[in-house]
This record gives sequence, C-alpha cells and structure tokens, in this order.
Amino acid sequence: MRTEPDDELWSAIADPSRRRVLDLLVRGGEASASSLADQVPFSRQAVSKHLVVLEEVGLISRRKQGREVLYRVEAARLDQATRAMAELASRWDRRLDAIKRLAEAAHAETNARATSPQK
Amino acid sequence: MADVRIEREVVIEAPAEVVWRTITQPDQITQWFAERVELELEPGGQGYMGFDEQHGGPIVVEVVDPPIRFSFRWNHPAGAQPVPGNSVLVEFTLTANGPERTHLRVVESGHELLAWTDAEKERYAEEHNAGWADHLGRLAGLYPRGRMG
Repeated sequence: MRTEPDDELWSAIADPSRRRVLDLLVRGGEASASSLADQVPFSRQAVSKHLVVLEEVGLISRRKQGREVLYRVEAARLDQATRAMAELASRWDRRLDAIKRLAEAAHAETNARATSPQK
Repeated sequence: MADVRIEREVVIEAPAEVVWRTITQPDQITQWFAERVELELEPGGQGYMGFDEQHGGPIVVEVVDPPIRFSFRWNHPAGAQPVPGNSVLVEFTLTANGPERTHLRVVESGHELLAWTDAEKERYAEEHNAGWADHLGRLAGLYPRGRMG
C-alpha cells in the first residue's frame, strides 16, 4: 500500500482556511456548513467551497439528515495526509527549541563575561 | 505538482549573530540536529548529516548570507547533484527583532519530502498504533505556533 498522499490531497491541505474547516470537523465531529460558517471568520460561501474541495479529495464525506447536510472527516484519508507531515513539523519544533536554548545560553554566557569584571 | 512544505518559527532572546553560529557551526549543529555533522559553509559546499547507523546522508549548501539566510539541500538520489525536484530544501531565515532578539524561521520543502518520510514509515506505523487521539495531537503540529484554539 502506498502511504504517500497524492498531490491533490496536499493542495487541499495546503490552504490555511481549508485546514481550519477541517480542524473544526476533526474536533467537533459532524457539522453542517452553516454551523461551520459560524465558527470561522470567512463567509458561508467560502466554507462551502472548502467543503467541496475537501470532499473531492476524500478527506470528508457527507450525509443527509432531514433537511440538513452533515459533513464528517474520513479518518483514514486524513491520517494518511497528516501523519508524516505532522511528524516532520513537530521534529522541527524540537530542533528550533534546542536552537533557542543553545543560542540563549551562549548569549547569556557572553553577557556574564562582559559585565562581571565591572560589577 | 504540489509543493510539500513545512514552515516553523521560534523567537530567540539572543542577537542574530549568536543564532547564526548555532545553526551553522558543526559543533553546535550536533547539539540540535544530527549526531555527525560535516559542513563546508559556502555556497555549493558539501556536507554530511548523520543521525544514526541507518539514517543520514550528504547535503549541499545553497545560500550562506550571514546572519540572515542559510540553506541547504539534501535527500537527493545517491550520486546525483541536488536540484529542485530531486531533493529537499531546508532554509533558515533570521530576522533581528531588536538588538537581542531574533526571529528564526525554518522552511523545509520539496517533492521528495514524502519519500524521505516513507523511509521511516515503519517507525510511523509503530507510533501510529498509539491511536487516533495521538493522531489528533499531530494534526495540531501542522499549524503555526500558537496552535489551534
């Protein structure tokens, strides 16, 4: 089985607004387009467009409940898309934190040397 | 082709020159990145980043512009010259935010980024056994600092 997501999947996830919509569905479970629109700073039309793109690449699916259309995350597809990338991101977070500690320690040491003879 | 791209940032309470040394000197790089580091700090310079017995590989320096920009390419096919399309680019950008504060940004990008992760998919598979809850934590990792919510 291929574990690499295809390009369309990456493009779908690359857009921050789309990720935000996806995130709401991940956290909140099923939701309608209008309830999603209530939770984001962009229009209902924009939310609908994002939902279309996300559905096209298989990241979410829809079902009808009464007069409402509810969207939900397709866990397996999302997993495929995010696990490698999220791991890389957190790996860089750890590296940047280490760089921060090292640089700040080096800087503190320089400052201590510069000020200690006078004070 | 979609550009696979990871961008992360950190604010460091130290001058850009200090941060520059931390990210470009081999004896510093071994403390935050690879276990074994060889680096010719000049455009086109060759280097090596070794993580353990199985993982590691050559790098080629692309930009050296102290203390503002440093970038290198890696994960290109053995024997090939790394170019866009066959390698992963790692770019550091330093922005002085006052005399003693530096904003450091790293962008890792390239079509081969996924192939690289594929090489470690066994590890991912193991980690993934931790389940869906853990996975949601990782999704949070996709977002810029400050995270979701």
